[in-house]
Amino acid sequence: MRELVDFSTLMTIAIGAIFINNFVLSRFLGICPFVGVSKSVESSVGMGMAVIFVMTLAGVATYYVNKVLALSGIEFLQTLSFILVIAALVQFVEMFLQKFNPALYSALGIYLPLITTNCAVLGVSLLNIKEGYNIIEVIVFSLCAAVGFALALVIMAGIRERLEITDVPRSMEGAPIAFIVAGILSLAFMGFSGMKF
Amino acid sequence: MTVDRELVVTTSPHIRSDISVNRVMIDVLVALAPATAAGIYFFGFRSAVVLAVAVISAVVTEAAIQRVAKWEVAVGDYSACVTGLLLGMNLPPGVPLWIVAIGSAFAIAIAKLAFGGLGKNIFNPALAGRVMLLAAWPVAMTKGWLKPEWWRQADFSFWSWNVADRFGISVDVISSATPLVKGGAQADAFTLMDLFIGRVGGCIGETSALALLIGAAYLIYRRHIYWQLPACFVATVGVLVWFFGGTGGYFTGNFLMHIFAGGLILGAFFMATDMVTSPMTIRGQIIMGIGCGLLTFLVRLKGGPPEGVSYSILIMNALTPLIDRYTVPRRFGEGVA
Repeated sequence: MRELVDFSTLMTIAIGAIFINNFVLSRFLGICPFVGVSKSVESSVGMGMAVIFVMTLAGVATYYVNKVLALSGIEFLQTLSFILVIAALVQFVEMFLQKFNPALYSALGIYLPLITTNCAVLGVSLLNIKEGYNIIEVIVFSLCAAVGFALALVIMAGIRERLEITDVPRSMEGAPIAFIVAGILSLAFMGFSGMKF
Repeated sequence: MTVDRELVVTTSPHIRSDISVNRVMIDVLVALAPATAAGIYFFGFRSAVVLAVAVISAVVTEAAIQRVAKWEVAVGDYSACVTGLLLGMNLPPGVPLWIVAIGSAFAIAIAKLAFGGLGKNIFNPALAGRVMLLAAWPVAMTKGWLKPEWWRQADFSFWSWNVADRFGISVDVISSATPLVKGGAQADAFTLMDLFIGRVGGCIGETSALALLIGAAYLIYRRHIYWQLPACFVATVGVLVWFFGGTGGYFTGNFLMHIFAGGLILGAFFMATDMVTSPMTIRGQIIMGIGCGLLTFLVRLKGGPPEGVSYSILIMNALTPLIDRYTVPRRFGEGVA
């Protein structure tokens, strides 16, 4: 049994989740919000915050759901129950926020329900289980995966805001150029591959 | 109504210098000439072929796409030549020529023209090309280092019938490794002077710090680049390596080796300073320089690839719009925020 809190492991997990295996640029998870909500920096920051919030919450929740599943020996229901739990959780959080913190609710806005069924959120839950993380590592991994996602999203939004004011060829406008940018960004992030601390 | 015609209403900029894209690009080519010559001297005729293929492929790709898309064919501004030359200088001299051609075509078609052409690209095209090649053909791109001045060995004759020998194609015989090599392989012995002059293995254009600095001085003198960005880039790498890079504790890192080895000088002065893909203000450029230095240091000391200059510049290219956004200069008369 390894230590509950081991800082060098946590550091490796954090760097790995943000840079080396960036959810968008290396694992190619959550591409739809990455392309869809990266048109302006403001909305990308909002989306980033929402993802950080939901992913961390979902990571922790599914960790315990998996424990329950493991007790009954029905882990094959993982994917199904995770989707259900995440969706229910986000709906619940949304209702809670609307009632008790309207400011945050309006700040997160449409992005909160939007990421309910996001593959990145499900991905982080499944990866947590697959890597066999303990609860502290689950929190760090989920948080950092989301931070990595937010980082990629904001970078992308900055680039797309600039592309808005240059005349990109008509056939390349919108999604095509976004995918080319994402591809080159992903190539650039390959520089982090194999990084060890 | 003649008064109307004397009032020309346009958007800014209103003050124009006599400088043109053409002129800038020619200056860059002039500045790259010493390093190109040094590369060809050290790595032989073969590297001249690589550079030629890179330039021709870039120019042909640009002309072909612009013709097909019915844009104005703008190869006359030499920007494609500069991209091709820079890409070629970033390749090992023994790399297969078809890889060179593909890299150049990618740099122009995907990293430049897909964005609308010169001045609209987000990423440095030459670096995007190089990084794509590194991802696609990692073995070919990290082999093919030639021993510097290999053509001086006793049994070599330029006039031999063996074409492979003459072109340095039989690279296995004369291969070498870069000073930054990682893993099992060992670099050939070299002194600091060798590094500075360029008498070490490496990419065609990156080895001779001396020739690169001469060219860079010309660019700074012509005011096409400002010294702050490259200075911050190099200084950040140097200081970080000095702090953390040593084997015997802090402050023992061999920072001179890390500054002159690899593509740092080439990248800092000729690639990071690309006026299209770097921040507009000096403050922004300093941020970019420090960011590039930090990332290069991380990749070199902690990362997998032996060299991190191209990755770090590309990542900072991606951050440039955000840097520009937060380093907008205060307008005259505006309150201090």
